[in-house]
Amino acid sequence: MVEYAVISLLNGLAYGLLLFMLSSGLTLTFSMMGVLNFAHASFYMFGAYFAYALASKIGFWPALVLAPLLVGVVGAGVERFGLRSLHRYGHIPELLLTYGLAYIMAEAVQLVWGRAPVPYAMPEGLQGPLFRIWTTNFPAFRAFMMLVALLMMGVTWLAITHTRVGLVIRAALTHPEMAEALGHNVPRVFMLVFGFGCALAGMAGVLGGLAFTTEPAMAHMVGGIIFVVVVIGGLGSLGGALLASVVLGVVQTFAVSMDYSLASLVGVAAPSPTSLLGVTIAQLAPVLPYLMLVLVLLLRPRGLFGTRDT
Amino acid sequence: MKHTLRLTALALGLLASSAAMADKVRIAVIDPASGPFAAVAGNWFKTLQHAAETANAQKLAGEHTIEVTAFDNKGSVQESLILLRTAIDQGFRYIAQGGSSGVGAAIIDAVAKHNERNPGKEVIYLDTLNADPELTNAKCNFWHFRFSPNSDMLTEALTTEMARNKAVRKVYLLNQNYAFGQAVSRSTKDLLKRKRPDLQIVGDDLIALGQVKDFSPYIAKIKASGADTVSTSNWGPDLTLLLKAATDGDLKVNFYTYFANTFGVPLAITPASAGVLKNVIGFSPNNTGFPGGDFVASFKKRYNEDVILLGNHTTIVMLAEAIKRANSIEPIKVAYALEGMKPRILSGEAEMRATDHQLQAPLFVTTWAKVNGKDVRFDQNDMGYGWKVEQKIDAYVASQPTSCQMQRPPRP
Repeated sequence: MVEYAVISLLNGLAYGLLLFMLSSGLTLTFSMMGVLNFAHASFYMFGAYFAYALASKIGFWPALVLAPLLVGVVGAGVERFGLRSLHRYGHIPELLLTYGLAYIMAEAVQLVWGRAPVPYAMPEGLQGPLFRIWTTNFPAFRAFMMLVALLMMGVTWLAITHTRVGLVIRAALTHPEMAEALGHNVPRVFMLVFGFGCALAGMAGVLGGLAFTTEPAMAHMVGGIIFVVVVIGGLGSLGGALLASVVLGVVQTFAVSMDYSLASLVGVAAPSPTSLLGVTIAQLAPVLPYLMLVLVLLLRPRGLFGTRDT
Repeated sequence: MKHTLRLTALALGLLASSAAMADKVRIAVIDPASGPFAAVAGNWFKTLQHAAETANAQKLAGEHTIEVTAFDNKGSVQESLILLRTAIDQGFRYIAQGGSSGVGAAIIDAVAKHNERNPGKEVIYLDTLNADPELTNAKCNFWHFRFSPNSDMLTEALTTEMARNKAVRKVYLLNQNYAFGQAVSRSTKDLLKRKRPDLQIVGDDLIALGQVKDFSPYIAKIKASGADTVSTSNWGPDLTLLLKAATDGDLKVNFYTYFANTFGVPLAITPASAGVLKNVIGFSPNNTGFPGGDFVASFKKRYNEDVILLGNHTTIVMLAEAIKRANSIEPIKVAYALEGMKPRILSGEAEMRATDHQLQAPLFVTTWAKVNGKDVRFDQNDMGYGWKVEQKIDAYVASQPTSCQMQRPPRP
């Protein structure tokens, strides 16, 4: 039981940190542009595919750096040639652009790499277990994923709060006219931040593609959950996204093991395992994030740490 | 000169005779060609196409030829029914489909209605791969023929193997929470209780279809349950991710699966699974005396994909044989020729059971194993590993009783 609890906690943390990597870019671009990037999960997918293509040519470690950069360049391109010209028409056209983009990106991936999953293999150094807890191995790769997520968070936070670039970005976000008047190129700041947000998603993809499968449906698989993270954490809040990701990861992981039916929770016997009251918490695990989303929206519409109303 | 003359005469004679009786049998294949299942269904269609061209070259249907045409149903029942209408209007009298039992049930209904209202213009429904047992029980119909095992037959074969394997003591069931997964979970429990009463079921999980991204919590749960065997009918990402998480978490159990050989899944299987991952399937090219080596090799060469499921191939060769026997492409004559037919297919002796039109054929319990040139000659996805035949389950062992009460049209 203790073994199970410890392993589940670690698994929950690892999954939560991957979720954070995925959603930190989204929350960043949202706080900047006020627009939810519907194609964010597609940039995650691009990250995985780029890394797969690069890793087979130049090896995994260079790909780990290059793939997110490439994704960032694509993201910056989208901002420069797509979103920027739509900005003056308000948020809805921008939203629709990213919505359409998600479909185009999914098709593009299938045109280039086919519809079947690609064999994106784990590099030598990350294979195998890192340590052993009683009888269960903890894979080295999961630990690496957690490390990268924490590093990413640290770097992002430092860059935004403690550097001149960060200062300009924050100024451009809250007072764009003033920043512009002081001689800063605000559109370029927007482009860079959007590209950076996409690069973060790309980084998550490089690792997520290894942890799960690299296939055209992978964007769709995470599309829903990252919005949940961002909304629960509070739109635009990095710390909120981190807390929400970890809580979601751990809750979902532990829910899986709870074979209590809804009926037993309220203290009655379920008429049959197939009836509504016979549904177990384990079966509800995939719905829990969305349940939490609804609850948070009802009780605290701006999310845990949000500064902006949804 | 004499030679040439004789040849010309022969050729002319052939031409004349073939013009008199050679017909083209056109099959409308209604399955996904876009969307998430396009890759999987694409492999099935290629198998049909390659089988048809091979059959034509070998004149399996006599002078008649078979041609397949894809109709993209996008995985939807509604779309399939519209396409069925379109195909019939375009003169197709042979319909093939296999990607979803839900679509299958709708086509059975629609074909039955059409045939009732249009005597003399009947169409046949060739069910290549659907797995729901109901299609040949409560929903059975004379115009529907199923060329692959249904899920009850697979479960029967799988549990027979589990009962035989003394290393199996504590079983954990993990299935997807929808009609198919629930049915498998139920029948596995029933059958194991009968075949191995001493066997313990230590877990019975139903997961939301295609929703779980991280399977490591399930692996931890399986471990905590003390299971030595996991049985799962998961398919697609739900199976790939489960196998991947099992390797990562170093879960040392026997895996019994239904779909581990399906499109793309083997890419997630690591060498660690060799010997412990068992899959029940309708055929394996590694079966001793497998007669389809040429077909499998030429398919690989043409498409760089593996022949994954046999149902498509069986459909074409049995249809060709039926056309030859009926000496006609008229659906009602072909249907009667198919009924009760006992052909030899690539997996062995088979029978299209007349009572319910469910193909009875051998099944195989296979193990993931390294290619060795002897009992593992063909690998999958160029991985150097393939499916070694552990046990051949004869057709009568996996055979299931049927509740089908079939109405037959008058024999022509």
